Amino acid sequence: MANIESAFVDLGILDALAARDSIVHRLDPRVKVLTAAVFVLCVVSFDKYVIAAMLPFALFLSLILGLAGIPARFVLKRLVLVAPFAVLLGLFNPFFDRQILLHLGPVAVSGGWLSFLSILLRFGLTVGAMLTLIAVTGFNGVCMAMEKMGMPKIFAVQLLLLYRYIFVLADEGQRMHRARALRSFDGRGTGITTYGHLIGGLLLRTLDRAQRIHLAMLCRGFDGTIRTSRPPRLVARDVLLFALSCLLLIAMRRYDCSLLLGQFLTGLVP
Amino acid sequence: MHMADALLSPAVGGVMWATTAATIAFCARKTQRDLDDRKVPLMGVLGAFIFAAQMINFTIPATGSSGHLGGGMILAILLGPYAALLVIASVLTVQALFFADGGLLALGCNIFNLGVFPCFIAYPLIYKPVAGDGSSPKRLAFGATLAAIVSLQLGALGVVLETVASGISALPLGDFLAAMLPIHFAIGLVEGLVTTAVISFVWKARPEILAYSAVSRPLGNLSIAKVLVGLGLAAIVTGGALSWFASSFPDGLEWSMAKTSGQEELEAPHQGIHHLLAGIQEKTAFLPDYAFQSNEPQASAPEASAPSWPAVDAGTTTSGLVGGGLTLFLAVAVGFLLRRRTQFR
Repeated sequence: MANIESAFVDLGILDALAARDSIVHRLDPRVKVLTAAVFVLCVVSFDKYVIAAMLPFALFLSLILGLAGIPARFVLKRLVLVAPFAVLLGLFNPFFDRQILLHLGPVAVSGGWLSFLSILLRFGLTVGAMLTLIAVTGFNGVCMAMEKMGMPKIFAVQLLLLYRYIFVLADEGQRMHRARALRSFDGRGTGITTYGHLIGGLLLRTLDRAQRIHLAMLCRGFDGTIRTSRPPRLVARDVLLFALSCLLLIAMRRYDCSLLLGQFLTGLVP
Repeated sequence: MHMADALLSPAVGGVMWATTAATIAFCARKTQRDLDDRKVPLMGVLGAFIFAAQMINFTIPATGSSGHLGGGMILAILLGPYAALLVIASVLTVQALFFADGGLLALGCNIFNLGVFPCFIAYPLIYKPVAGDGSSPKRLAFGATLAAIVSLQLGALGVVLETVASGISALPLGDFLAAMLPIHFAIGLVEGLVTTAVISFVWKARPEILAYSAVSRPLGNLSIAKVLVGLGLAAIVTGGALSWFASSFPDGLEWSMAKTSGQEELEAPHQGIHHLLAGIQEKTAFLPDYAFQSNEPQASAPEASAPSWPAVDAGTTTSGLVGGGLTLFLAVAVGFLLRRRTQFR
């Protein structure tokens, strides 16, 4: 969570991206959420040593990003930010799994290194899929889709309210952090006692804010549900595109497209 | 300690997703039933509070490193288990979607590890009995610290079991546990101290807040906690058992076919690869004397099926490399082409 401050800056960018208009943005949110789920399931169901067969999935992501006009830089930057985590997770494999599985000319590659690469690739694809989903759908869209698909209403309301107030309270947290940093010399006052008081104060203010928000909501006729102005409607095109992308994803999972392409190409050169 | 999709198998991820979804539905019903609609904005804003609190660090005494609040126990203490689980789940969802912390499939595991344990085990079984009504600062401090430690230990245990059951990471169970549990003991201790500091501050400044949350949720629900624990354990065991078959063999179907015909098990030793590889592994293994590695049946299972993997054949390897490289190139090219197009439009 070291990058949390820059991540909050990026939240605004995400919202701006989600508000764009493209063929992908216009799809029903449900279609996009389900496609993302199928995508992730396909990727994680590969065997632990598979690398090449997963690459077509990168092609799929790239296609979606391109069609939606989302700059790939945006997704790649996030991926690089969280990549150290994936490297750390996968780095144990080369140590524990030393069985030789592959010979690249004179170099013998152990199963550990293969699965390490595979983990990195899985990580990139699953995280990339998630960021793409949120960038082409927006948080409200995802929540709406999940609610339509049976997520409890109160949880949907919880997610929406949380998202709305993250910005307000994150600002407050950041201000407190800065104020303390300006007043602390030699690391004094950064211990647990002061921290407890700071967070306690923030908590009390948060509780007061909740009460004010509740009163304001009551004034505006709140009855426990949050209504959305344009309910998503599933049209034939959505269903068709969903079926198509599912077919494509499952085909990519079933057949090793990289291998087929490679065989075709190496077959051309006698 | 958030799990990532990359290390999960679909079986484990799916089972945990189903368990978590059921828990959320149950908590939503419970929360909606005693709907005091003051709680709706309170839950939302407290979720945002966790994010804000995580932006402020503190130095951990005697180590020089810094930490931040996790928040599970504070939420459970302020809101009671059902509403707290919903808030924790929503926080984790936002973290997964926006900060790439965790993943879509891993969300089930993460909510289970970081939400169910503090809300339904540590809070009702440890914090409530020890801290009582919160009027004694010492008991409150002890209860909050102990509860935080236990919930983080259980969470770490969950992470280890889910990861090992998925079989993507090659970390042996024992080593992984030996690494995770002590670290999370320390994290739990710090989390407990912070929780204590915040809760005792609130107790001094506005005691009525804690009194309200202590009174309105009597501890009549132990049986439900037990049911959930049983359900969770069942989920872990089922997921582990399922994925054991799913992950150590190329494909469930292939495996069962090989099993019924007995092919793989008969052929592998004759090819000599098994013995050779076992020798290599013996020499190069990280910890050769380790109990988990010398466990013959477990160690030999992947080796026995090694010859059936397509990657071993040299021709296939070349084709795989060529095709894979080209696919990657295509992915980048498509991205560039479409970007060009959208820019010109």
